[in-house]
Amino acid sequence: MSKLKYLTGVASAVALLVASNAQAASGDTLANVKKKGYVQCGVNDGLPGFSSPNAKGVWEGMDVDVCRALAAAIFSDASKVKYIPLGGKERFTALQSGEVDILSRNTTWTLTRDATLGLISTATNYYDGQGFLVKKSLGVKSAKELDGATVCVEGGTTTEMNLANYFNANHMKYTPVVFDNNDQTVKGFESGRCDVYTSDKSAIYASKTKLADPNSVDVLPEIISKEPLGPMVRQGDDQWQLLVKWTVFAMVNAEELGVTSKNVDEMKTKGSPDVKRLLGLDAPDGTTLGAVKDWGYQIVKQVGNYGEVYDRNVGKDSPLKITRLENNLWNKGGFLYAPPVR
Amino acid sequence: MPAENSKKSNNAVATRWIYDPKVRGILFQVLAVACVAWMLFYFVSNAMHNMESRGIATGFSFLQHRASFGIVQTLISYSEDDTYGRAFVIGLLNTLLVSGIGIILATVLGFLIGIARLSNNWLLSRAAAVYIEIFRNIPLLLQIFFWYFCVLRALPGPRQSIDIANAFFLNVRGLYIPAPIAEPGFGIVAIAFVIAIVGVFFLSQWAKKRKNLTGQPFPVFFSSLGLLVGLPLVVFLIAGMPLHWELPALKGFNFRGGLTVIPELFSMVVALTIFTAASIAEIVRSGIMAVSKGQVEASHALGLKNGLTLRFVVIPQAMRVIIPPLTSQYLNLIKNSSLATAVGYPDLVSVFMGSTLNQTGQAVEIIAMTMAVYLTISIVTSVLMNIYNAKKALVER
Repeated sequence: MSKLKYLTGVASAVALLVASNAQAASGDTLANVKKKGYVQCGVNDGLPGFSSPNAKGVWEGMDVDVCRALAAAIFSDASKVKYIPLGGKERFTALQSGEVDILSRNTTWTLTRDATLGLISTATNYYDGQGFLVKKSLGVKSAKELDGATVCVEGGTTTEMNLANYFNANHMKYTPVVFDNNDQTVKGFESGRCDVYTSDKSAIYASKTKLADPNSVDVLPEIISKEPLGPMVRQGDDQWQLLVKWTVFAMVNAEELGVTSKNVDEMKTKGSPDVKRLLGLDAPDGTTLGAVKDWGYQIVKQVGNYGEVYDRNVGKDSPLKITRLENNLWNKGGFLYAPPVR
Repeated sequence: MPAENSKKSNNAVATRWIYDPKVRGILFQVLAVACVAWMLFYFVSNAMHNMESRGIATGFSFLQHRASFGIVQTLISYSEDDTYGRAFVIGLLNTLLVSGIGIILATVLGFLIGIARLSNNWLLSRAAAVYIEIFRNIPLLLQIFFWYFCVLRALPGPRQSIDIANAFFLNVRGLYIPAPIAEPGFGIVAIAFVIAIVGVFFLSQWAKKRKNLTGQPFPVFFSSLGLLVGLPLVVFLIAGMPLHWELPALKGFNFRGGLTVIPELFSMVVALTIFTAASIAEIVRSGIMAVSKGQVEASHALGLKNGLTLRFVVIPQAMRVIIPPLTSQYLNLIKNSSLATAVGYPDLVSVFMGSTLNQTGQAVEIIAMTMAVYLTISIVTSVLMNIYNAKKALVER
């Protein structure tokens, strides 16, 4: 598994080295996608709620749904996606080298990543922050009590840096144990190699479900970083970037306007002018983005609005049951604020 | 007419060199080198151009930037404030450490098992065969996981540590042992040790000479051992024992003080050793079997016993067959140590191709550097082994 990952990494780097036609890979992603007939989507190799294959082997999750919505907007068919599971280490190279069209893999939006990787973040589909998970038997109630602790962390993530910063800032010592992927990290924590498992809170809740005894652990109250997670695309392809960005915005706007996958057919005739524009029944419709005319309708009908996607994957209808808090709409106390479809 | 003739012969001189095999040979080699150089240049400039046009940062200046991540085991001092360049060195040293220990242990174990495999004792040789078949045929990564996640994970937590004499503690976080802390005056002991090493060198030279002249053997091994241990010990006692031991003690979450052998290192060394030893054992077996039976019979006829026959007649001849494949096993072990990242051992691949690559995103530079490091280590190992091989080669008199 791990060797395979390095092969992917090395292969991507080699592809970057020899790819002779830079523009073909970065210039017109949308045209390429239409020619191929599917969206090549880089996702996490297994994070329940965000991207993981279900019992039938079908990929599911918040990040997966971004790609499905994108396919719905381009092909009127949310199933026209091919998933490439990527580890934290090879994800950027895979996108740079054109192996995937979009990276929808709980990736934090940072300056370095926007400025030096030749990639660009499009929109935030989940507002996250890094937290700590400890065993209840340790009797720790706050991250401030963690001086001297051993911490399990997945390698090649912003998490690793935040961890160092937090302990330094609080004048505490720690020992990091850095694993290759999230599964091994959780296993390391569960078996007692570490006192603490740290990751983005979403990942902590997701990993909790993998533990043999989820009730034996506590999530500490501290959130030590800002982790706006969202899809990334290559720089220099404005059209593709626009489409990805507005696909996420469409889902948020749909929730705000009260359009759901259940009532969308009814809304098509009875909805307000705002709703009709969102669904692509009035200008500016989807063709301005290079998508199908009724792009908004296809997204909501086949994938759902943001609230539905949230509830189904990580919220009240999922095993994770993460309360919405900052991932609620702006007018309900959260951060979600999408520009209007106008 | 004569003028035309001379023109013809001039032409022949001008084109004759094309038909010269020596010149042709050189010409084609130059062309081949030029082709390779052009391809390399093409790849590199193409990659640079592609990366530039896509806004990807290039160059090696990232090595001077602050690394800002922690590493669990560092042989030289390191903190989050150090640079990516230093993190690279830390990873490299950790790789060398795990491969170095692995090579030594795998060689010892491999020779023992290889010899046991050929033993006349049925039980011993079967046991060796079973060992070889089992460990050679299970993928290394599985073995690493087995040792790390199955065997070592079964150890107790820090607070229920297995405690040996209140100085050694074994738990799921590793093995904690007392650390020697030198006091002023310890330098003399170190000097005594160096003198002992020099002494051993001259002793062995003298013993060799004496043996060549008189045929009298001298117990070099035991007298050297005595010298190496005895001299520093005597000086140490005279100097008033200028050394104290820092004992590990449970403080807060973990043991502090003393030295720690982390379980990641332990499981990597065990897995690499056991896996590679199985292959080495087969190499040793084939090497010994390659020595003709007549040599053993001749040695027995001279009155040498089995042990001495093995030591002075069989092994020296077998080494010529053993060393080349042994070299490739060493190289395999070094390369296999890169699997360390799977269990969180901070080797070069984990620290540099993992954390550093992800934070800087400079895949091409980092992968090139990592490949260059493994290439260099492999070439150095192989050159050293070749020198050793040349020394062991059959000298015809």
